[in-house]
Amino acid sequence: MTGEITNVVVEVLPRFEGYVYPNEASLHPLWGFLIVLYPYITGLVAGAFIMASLVRVFKVRALEPVYRLSLLTSFSFLLCATLPLLFHLGHPERCFEIMMTPHLTSPMAIFGFVYAWYLMAVLLLELWFDYRQDLVEWAKVTPGFKGIIYRAFTVGVTDESPPAVALDMKMGRILSVVGIPSAFLLHGYVGFIFGSIKANPWWGNGLTPIIFILSAIVSGIALCVFNYMVLTWIRRHTVDMRCLDTMAMFLFYALVVDAAVEGLDWLHRGFAAEEGFSVMQIMIREKLFYTLNLGQVTIGTLLPLLLLGPLQLLRRRVSELVRRRMIFSSAVMILIGVLAMRWNVVIGGQLFSKSLRGVMGYKLEFAGVEGWWLGVVLLSLPFIILTVLVKLFLSERLPSSGHIPQDSATGEG
Amino acid sequence: MKTQYSRRGALSRLGGAIAGLLTLSAARAVKAAVQKVFVASGAPKDYDTTKHKWLMCVDVNKCIGCGLCVEACKKENGVPEGPYFRTWIERYVIPKPEPGSGQTRGETLVDSPNGGMHGFPPTPVPKDQIEHSFFVPKLCNLCEHSPCVQVCPVGATFDAPDGAVLIDPKYCIGCGFCIQACPYGCRFLSPVTKTAEKCTLCYHRITRGLKPACVEICPTQARIFGDLKNAGPDAPIRKFYENNRVSVLKPHLGTEPRLLYAGLDKEVR
Repeated sequence: MTGEITNVVVEVLPRFEGYVYPNEASLHPLWGFLIVLYPYITGLVAGAFIMASLVRVFKVRALEPVYRLSLLTSFSFLLCATLPLLFHLGHPERCFEIMMTPHLTSPMAIFGFVYAWYLMAVLLLELWFDYRQDLVEWAKVTPGFKGIIYRAFTVGVTDESPPAVALDMKMGRILSVVGIPSAFLLHGYVGFIFGSIKANPWWGNGLTPIIFILSAIVSGIALCVFNYMVLTWIRRHTVDMRCLDTMAMFLFYALVVDAAVEGLDWLHRGFAAEEGFSVMQIMIREKLFYTLNLGQVTIGTLLPLLLLGPLQLLRRRVSELVRRRMIFSSAVMILIGVLAMRWNVVIGGQLFSKSLRGVMGYKLEFAGVEGWWLGVVLLSLPFIILTVLVKLFLSERLPSSGHIPQDSATGEG
Repeated sequence: MKTQYSRRGALSRLGGAIAGLLTLSAARAVKAAVQKVFVASGAPKDYDTTKHKWLMCVDVNKCIGCGLCVEACKKENGVPEGPYFRTWIERYVIPKPEPGSGQTRGETLVDSPNGGMHGFPPTPVPKDQIEHSFFVPKLCNLCEHSPCVQVCPVGATFDAPDGAVLIDPKYCIGCGFCIQACPYGCRFLSPVTKTAEKCTLCYHRITRGLKPACVEICPTQARIFGDLKNAGPDAPIRKFYENNRVSVLKPHLGTEPRLLYAGLDKEVR
């Protein structure tokens, strides 16, 4: 009997320090890498949409070259946003119960409706109204299968009269206005899924949803910068520097606000030093040292601030090539940093026991449902979808209707 | 083809869509109501949930850490092998303070090897240096405001009117949200059914007039179980109440647990 007990203790010790509840002593945290990707992808959706609405609602003309690209980016990531959740469920076949018999006090149930609303009522409709006139034109000139696709997407509405086109524009603008709070709601709710858990001092916090929204905007703009620069590079086009500088400006200011609120959150936690603060200190100093201090703070926040900040003041003195490189590398670093932030939230919240007496270890594995291989696949999927969408709807060979998202003079330059 | 866009047409279409949505939500409500009736709880058909109010109390001073309750629970409820427990026992060892350290006590050691199922090995602290040592049985805290019920996206876990917090295994989607929300670590995702599981107070037993397995087997009567609605003046649960000052775990979270402890120490979380 004693031998048996000793074996259990020896087997458990390397992974756990201190005391963890017996139910927490499993090999992997309950929510693994897939659940890290879920807020990451959802944040990119919301951020890319906010980027598009800068053009449509706030009439930032310089950003017109990336308007459709950001909408398509948002859409392709939205299609994949729930996949990590689905793969992670114990009973994925029952997933529709969330919609059919929702429990209305649950943040996760409400997220299902917010997601459906955002996909069906906001993004799909806005894309359709924006593209309808083009689709009608393209259907006329494109033969074969592609032509059938364009025709199918018009859903039979082929009216090109000025009142119909005007209605398209009006609806698009209304949807954009509705879309901004919807995007906030979408990602705010993801934050609330974590922020609502009062049992966990790492998550349960009123600022969590706000931090999620802000970091979503930052990562979404960074993704649009990334996609735009990669697309122009693939197509051997020249980058529209006015557009890129404007994106960099919005990226910088969004990052400043995000960093300020996150800093405020940490100041508050440190000052209040409530129950569980000592365990949080272990997390910062040991368990999450690299992903937090290096990934989230240094790569994701400080370095991009240092690169983008001076650009706002000394834009004219820096050559275009250097600017492009600085902005591109900032965008890539922010994308890495926000992924690290999602990791720190999701995994970090599960690396300590709710008894606040012990910490667990976590080693990301290659294979399996929670392995990084599936994560990489799920993260590449939206880019594959985006490639198809760009080939179909941002094709260079097709004439564009020339209508612009906000009905004034073109800003293409 | 010329399409007419009229305000009347658009409004009537919008009205139709809203009516459709409302019908859908009514259908959802009916389905939920039907599911509530046929929910799988393990209770016999004639059991009336409104006529009982179950309560569990633990006298920490009486627990000897034998682990029989943990074993009985595992056997009675088919709890899987490994780190999966509906109930477990924690051992607290509080050493005497270092002389001259100015502290009231040394650093508390807590352990629960295999949930305390086979008892505990000798403590690493020599006997003469221990100030306090005691065992704390843990199980579902039967919260009045259960965070686990609050967060379940499909309503698979619910508060029964008799005070038990139950899970419908045929309905649980296995998302794990309730496990994250439980402040007491009382839930786990079963590797067998892929659904969340927890202490049901042995619902299949108590609804037939029996005691939960852990209460039945406890040799020192450290666990006291009863029905508040049907407890006479001499019922053990009433006596326990009268003779002890009780406390709950993590009261600051506002979950209002109905699992009551006598003799807790501040170190117990």
